[in-house]
Amino acid sequence: MALIHDLVVQGGQLLLVLLMAPLLTGFVRKVKARLLRRRGAPIIQPYRDLARLLQKDVVLADNASWLFRVAPYLIFAATWVAAALVPTFATSLMFNWTADLIAIAALLGSVRFFLALAGLDIGTSFGGIGSSREMMIASLAEPAILMIVFTLALVAKSTQLSTISDFMLSSHVGVRISLGLVLVGLIIVAIAENARVPVDNPATHLELTMVHEAMVLEYSGRHLAVIELAASLKLLLYISLIACIFTPWGLVRADAGLAAYVLGSAAWVAKLAIGGALLALFETVIAKMRVFRVPTFLGAALMLGLLGTLLLFVSRSL
Amino acid sequence: MDGLDFDVAHLFAGGLVLVSFMMLYQDRLYALLNIFALHAIVLAFSVGWQAYIQDAPQLYITAAIAIVFKGIIIPVALHRIIQRLGIHREIETVIGIGPTMVLGIGFVALSLAVMLRVTAEADRLAREDVALALSVVLLGLLMMVTRRNAVSQVVGFMSTENGLILAATGAKGMPFVVEMSVAFSVLVAFVVIGVFLFRIRERFDTVDAQALDRFRRTRE
Amino acid sequence: MSAFPLDLLGLDALNAILVIPAAAAAVLALVPGYRLGARLNVLAALLTLAASLLLLSPDRPEPGRYLFVDDLNVVFIILTTFIGFTTSVFSATYIAHELKIGRLTPQYLRFYHAMYQVLMFSMNLALAANNIGLMWVAIELATLTTILMVGIYRTHEAVEAAWKYFILASVGIALALFGTILIYLAAQPAMGGGVDAMVWTLLIDQVARFDPALLNTAFIFLLLGYGTKVGLAPLHAWLPDAHAEGPTPISAVLSGLLLNVALYAVLRFKMLLAANAGALAPGPLMVTMGLVSLLFAAFMLYRRRDIKRMFAYSSIEHMGIITFAFGMGGPLANFAGLLHMTMHSLTKSAIFYSVGHIAQIKGTQKIADIRGLTETHPVLGWGLVLAVFAIAGMPPFGIFMSEFLIVSSTFAREPLLVIPLLVGLLVAFGALLLRLGNVAFGEPLGSTKPAEASYVPLYAHLALVLGAGLYLPPMLVSWFQHVAGLLG
Repeated sequence: MALIHDLVVQGGQLLLVLLMAPLLTGFVRKVKARLLRRRGAPIIQPYRDLARLLQKDVVLADNASWLFRVAPYLIFAATWVAAALVPTFATSLMFNWTADLIAIAALLGSVRFFLALAGLDIGTSFGGIGSSREMMIASLAEPAILMIVFTLALVAKSTQLSTISDFMLSSHVGVRISLGLVLVGLIIVAIAENARVPVDNPATHLELTMVHEAMVLEYSGRHLAVIELAASLKLLLYISLIACIFTPWGLVRADAGLAAYVLGSAAWVAKLAIGGALLALFETVIAKMRVFRVPTFLGAALMLGLLGTLLLFVSRSL
Repeated sequence: MDGLDFDVAHLFAGGLVLVSFMMLYQDRLYALLNIFALHAIVLAFSVGWQAYIQDAPQLYITAAIAIVFKGIIIPVALHRIIQRLGIHREIETVIGIGPTMVLGIGFVALSLAVMLRVTAEADRLAREDVALALSVVLLGLLMMVTRRNAVSQVVGFMSTENGLILAATGAKGMPFVVEMSVAFSVLVAFVVIGVFLFRIRERFDTVDAQALDRFRRTRE
Repeated sequence: MSAFPLDLLGLDALNAILVIPAAAAAVLALVPGYRLGARLNVLAALLTLAASLLLLSPDRPEPGRYLFVDDLNVVFIILTTFIGFTTSVFSATYIAHELKIGRLTPQYLRFYHAMYQVLMFSMNLALAANNIGLMWVAIELATLTTILMVGIYRTHEAVEAAWKYFILASVGIALALFGTILIYLAAQPAMGGGVDAMVWTLLIDQVARFDPALLNTAFIFLLLGYGTKVGLAPLHAWLPDAHAEGPTPISAVLSGLLLNVALYAVLRFKMLLAANAGALAPGPLMVTMGLVSLLFAAFMLYRRRDIKRMFAYSSIEHMGIITFAFGMGGPLANFAGLLHMTMHSLTKSAIFYSVGHIAQIKGTQKIADIRGLTETHPVLGWGLVLAVFAIAGMPPFGIFMSEFLIVSSTFAREPLLVIPLLVGLLVAFGALLLRLGNVAFGEPLGSTKPAEASYVPLYAHLALVLGAGLYLPPMLVSWFQHVAGLLG
């Protein structure tokens, strides 16, 4: 009975993230539009876009290889698994022993790998530009993520997300500047990974400013639908990650009643909404950076991670 | 409460190191002045906290001087000078911002390693303060050495002074030096700003120290 | 029984050497005319010298918490006030010329004289300070005044030289203060906090109980920090420009006095380290820095085309030799180092007096444009020849003796090190004599108008150096030997 209960909860989380992802994307777009004094599309518009794309034909280039056709599904699968691992409303899920920060970082790394290859596959110059820029960003974002994971692991003595959330909820935390540095670093990396302003503009198709959009420019039909869903899932993943590490209130711990689950879910939806609104505000306020400044920006995230680790060493060795 | 005392002191000292890095990251002069004002404010908080836990009320005066002079008066004065003299507002660096930051992290790691090992017998707060203060001093010196713009070199010097004040307040009971160093740093800041920037302005149009360097080769 | 009255105008001599320059600075800032200002300057310097001579009395005042007199600083105080006096005499006639050719304006002259006295005050304070924080403050004040005076001509090059001096001096100041704070931290567990933990005479009693690792680290910072002001390579970059672009009296004071005061500060801390058994001997570091400075400066002497710049490198070379001697340690080398500091001050300032006159007569500082001095201006020319012989280390001048002592003590202890030492000395010797030959002899070049200057300071210094080479007063010898023993 307990096994079925756990399976149901885990399956529920799996479906929940899938369903909520387009809603989050629509919400961010709506808030951004409102801030720019437009009315904006309805929040459920992404669902309609996905449905429309699924019904269309796929247009493939002649020289597209098998990788081009398979990549969207690989990307989607990896992102979905990673998103499902992050504790959203409960930390006591069945597979939470696999919800390791390093595993999630590795899954996202593989997503990036396939995306970059798909961009290079057909041989157009836009794809090449997108892939090379993406790799430049990745070469700094990956070390930054690892330093952040390292600092968190030093603080909470584990890289498992559920353990980290439990630790942050407990009273051992204290006032730590290293956690503040890690938060800022994680936000910077999240912005870079999700292709948001100031690193990349998700709404543009101008050559000068594309990174993510350039890699997926040649996709159409159901392939494009799947890739867009994967991008929404990634955004959901990052916001849930930041929420579960730094604002873990409302997470359901051990087996609790239905009321706790409802409360946990409601808390999670609220965190998503706040995170999305803040993201939209940030994107509206700040201007996009020139591409050659992006490495400096990400280097700052790496420095923050390193500094957090160093300061942690100081306070631990005294 | 020893734990909280230490954590908050650590927060402020670590914050000071962070703001030093933010200063290294800047490439515009006005932004640099604003970050320097932040540096002075964080220093003031740190000194104020030390005054509170060491029960040394004279340090409150130091904190007040840090906020008023370095947090408000000097950034405003430099701001006006930059406007009036028309000093151009991009900061040229000798090496790029990326390598500068890497060097900075290297200095921080080095100073932490050296100071924590050497001060094994002192008390916790003093050790942490002195280690992080040396980091701030080295970052300030790095800024002075890797910038061509004379105003940013002056800002680097003043952030070095802030680090020294942090070190002096961390060493419990150090007499007079805090007030003396504050007085001298104010004196130096004014003398330097007043005398040199105006003298430099009379001769040529930019405070770029590399432009100052133009005649180097002919003098042997 | 004291044969010297210790009161001068109702002031204790130790306070007098501080109060007189400070008061003079205040007065000089207000005095308008140039002549009056120059005369007051000389008078104030003379009074300070008289006050410091009173310190020769065997009745020394008790070390206070801020000021004290002991065997080490009494010589340097007297030396400083003496050279301050002779330089003020030189400056009185030199600056008149600068005023005439318009390089300096009258209102800057008030500034110049006031700053001169402030410089004297701060150097005396640094030498007499018993509190290591006060010593730092005094040295910083001295550096600041010299920075301002280096830039006083306000030409492009002068401003650049002063700015570079400021940047490098700030590096030194910061590191030196950090080292001072670390010494306080080392003293705190053994002596409690407060002012007493910074008083040198109290520190030297207790230093055996301090943590050796912390003392070592502190000394490294202090050596780097104050070493920047001594002009040790690789921290010397400000020195040649500052000497070349500032007014010549300031070059004389910089080379002759300020470098010494900075080295004196390093020596005070070396004495602390020597008294703690667990502390690492700082010798090897000082030996290395000294040798590097010596060799570097010696080779650089060949390529200099500006006469003041060349002698600035000569200062770096001699400071390298002195640091090397103190790094070697042992009573003989320490004694030689102390003697060399004294002789070098006198000789180098004499050189800068002559160079100042030459530059004024010829209107240029370039070596290539100055020739045949012994023919056109015999007194000046032969004075220069004697001074360069003295600084190059020829017998019977005093520097020969101190260099000889250094070489022989090195040979006795580390024979291999004698090779680079001798190479450096000989290379420098060759360079100086080569340039001297060009400048003093040969066909006269450039203007031949007479110098409007007084040669008294130049020859007075040379006489002292020659006298010291032949006969050292026993009181001096005993003081130096005592201090050499303490230096470890």
